[in-house]
Amino acid sequence: MMDFELTDEQRLIRDTAHDFAERELRPRAAERDRTGQFPVEELRALAKLGLLGVNVPEPLGGAAAGAIAYALAMQEIARADASVSVAMAVTNMVAEVIVRFGTEPQAREHVPRLTSGESLAGAFALSEPQAGSDPAAMATTAKRTPSGWRIDGAKQWITSGDHAGLFVVWAKTDPATGARGISAFLVKGNTSGLSCGRREHKMGLNGSSTVPLRFDGCEVGEEALLGGLGQGFKIALAALDGGRIGIASQALGVGRAALEATRTYVKERHQFGRPLAANQAVQFRLADVATELEAARLLTLRAAWRKEQGMPFTREASMAKLYASEATGRACDAAVQLHGGYGYTREYPVERLLRDARVQRIYEGTSEIQRLVIARELLSSERGGGT
Amino acid sequence: MDLQLTDEQRLVQETARTFAREEVLPKASQLDREHRHPKELVARMAELGLLGIAVPEEWGGAGLDNVSYVLAMEEISRACASTGVILSVNNSLVCDPLLKFGSDPQKREFLKPLAAGEKLGCFALSEPEAGSDAAAQTTVSHRDGNGWVITGIKNWITNGPVADTCILFTMTDRAAGSRGITAFILPMNAPGVRCGPPDRKLGIRASQSCQIFLDEVRLDDSHRLGEVGGGFKVAMSTLDGGRIGIAAQAVGIARAALEDAMGYARERKTFGQAIAQHQAIQFKLADMATEVDAARLLVWRAATLKDRGARFTSEASMAKVFASEVANRVAKEAVQIFGGNGYVEDFPVERHFRDAKITEIYEGTSEIQRLVIAGNLLKE
Repeated sequence: MMDFELTDEQRLIRDTAHDFAERELRPRAAERDRTGQFPVEELRALAKLGLLGVNVPEPLGGAAAGAIAYALAMQEIARADASVSVAMAVTNMVAEVIVRFGTEPQAREHVPRLTSGESLAGAFALSEPQAGSDPAAMATTAKRTPSGWRIDGAKQWITSGDHAGLFVVWAKTDPATGARGISAFLVKGNTSGLSCGRREHKMGLNGSSTVPLRFDGCEVGEEALLGGLGQGFKIALAALDGGRIGIASQALGVGRAALEATRTYVKERHQFGRPLAANQAVQFRLADVATELEAARLLTLRAAWRKEQGMPFTREASMAKLYASEATGRACDAAVQLHGGYGYTREYPVERLLRDARVQRIYEGTSEIQRLVIARELLSSERGGGT
Repeated sequence: MDLQLTDEQRLVQETARTFAREEVLPKASQLDREHRHPKELVARMAELGLLGIAVPEEWGGAGLDNVSYVLAMEEISRACASTGVILSVNNSLVCDPLLKFGSDPQKREFLKPLAAGEKLGCFALSEPEAGSDAAAQTTVSHRDGNGWVITGIKNWITNGPVADTCILFTMTDRAAGSRGITAFILPMNAPGVRCGPPDRKLGIRASQSCQIFLDEVRLDDSHRLGEVGGGFKVAMSTLDGGRIGIAAQAVGIARAALEDAMGYARERKTFGQAIAQHQAIQFKLADMATEVDAARLLVWRAATLKDRGARFTSEASMAKVFASEVANRVAKEAVQIFGGNGYVEDFPVERHFRDAKITEIYEGTSEIQRLVIAGNLLKE
């Protein structure tokens, strides 16, 4: 029976995330943006609330609340501070990918540490300096040793890389065979031979750290291999499908923050003897932002619902990620415009929101990659444009 | 959160889809060229129970819900947007207000034959000088004994030339403004009612619309729909629902353009490969499909709210403005993908392009929808 309402459990998770974000995250979001301080305490607090494993089984320390609840929680955290939400997103993604593709001993070893906050954060080491949208072009290798594997190479843009207790690392185990020669490994943060470089100076998401990694003869045991040999590419794509729902939700959170801040501002600010909100030009811009965010929200909930139902959701996740990140980009631009000169200063939050939103069209698959995925799915199916 | 259709909804969708593909689509292009009202298709839709989908069976309808209605609207409009609007007007603008505001005797006399498809309805609110500003009505009704005498001109009345029954809005008390408006149920064969020639339109040419001239038309008070002075409420409440129907029509048009463009892109070759292999075309198709899906979800959301009896004014406006603008963007890109073939009548996309435009205008322009949405947003 068609229904867009939330269950009591979903509401509870959303409200919990909302209250925490309002109380603990929002007051210091601007400060973290300015200082670049990594949100250590905040991540530990998220772990206590079950938000580092929202869609992870309870015996592994998760909340087992499903993909929709995860999307809702992500939105609330991002609405207050997108930097915190991205560390949360990657940690959830790492925990989920281990639950799905790992052995039971692997899940028992690593997942409770992620969900409890002991690992602080999980990190996803796929991109390389010369392999971004084209991950199959990676140059990092993993070679057999008598007791396991030796990893050599460089990774780029690794979110939380200087704080993460656990990495999923992709490397070529058979460099001759392209995508099918890639395998995934679970590598602890303190493993010798793994080092990280200087934090990137980014436009936004300054409370989140992004670093390059080096693997110099980094040795891991046999048990570090995640999924089968040569299964790495498949694992990465599956993880990213879910990750895209997370980024779409993050975008929605930032978009909502921009809309709410602007709604307040245009009611207070007076020009020509009346509030800005009394002008049709202002009303129309707000109406478009609200409508597009609502469309984005429904696309995101649909993808999460399909994931939760065990239905294919690659196309839907890409649509949600593409549309939500683009709509939020427009929402933040409108927010700055409607704040006028004040929108360009750090006195109001929309300047940060615009910078934080910009990366959502880039990471976990650029908008261009999403369009390629959607077109491929469209043209290879007989489904057409209907349901 | 559940996007699964019920068995009943899926059956309506399948029925409408099969009918649309097998009986409507083959005629759509010719109907458009001839500006011909598809009487035979309306009769078939009556047989299929599509003319009063959300009307309870006791009043002649199919007894289904608004989700079923939008599913049917999308499928019929996918094949022919003109046939879609005929369906939408009868369901949303005629049956719906009769169901909501009509007395039992009125439902028995007027709603039953309309919902069963034995008669066809139209909705007369707009006037030459009262479009978006519906409260500026100049059609006057004044009391005369136990009845009313009505004089004025109505504009853009979809189904007007072929309708049996009209939901008519008039001004009974000009000084009271929007609270001076009263609605009536007008039999189109009443003395003093005359239709002008069908409008010559850019699109939806198989849907006939016209001016209606009312010259001292006498109606018994039993034809009054709702309270004296309650007409504006009837009109606004009706249009909220109508917007969901038009949004669904727009989704159907957009889907037609998308699917035709996908089919063409797979077959048409340039530079040694199907144009679907070019990124420039793939990116267009990806954006089109994403927007069509988003529009459909907005429509479904508004329909579920209406079914639950919840408020849905803002959601209907969002669905309407978004879906109608998507239909226009998607149809425009479809013409571009077809190239020269998109500009000629031998292919269907020039029709989609022309048909899409009206969805941004009727039942509240995009500008009116934005006023509604902003009004709700700023009230919060």
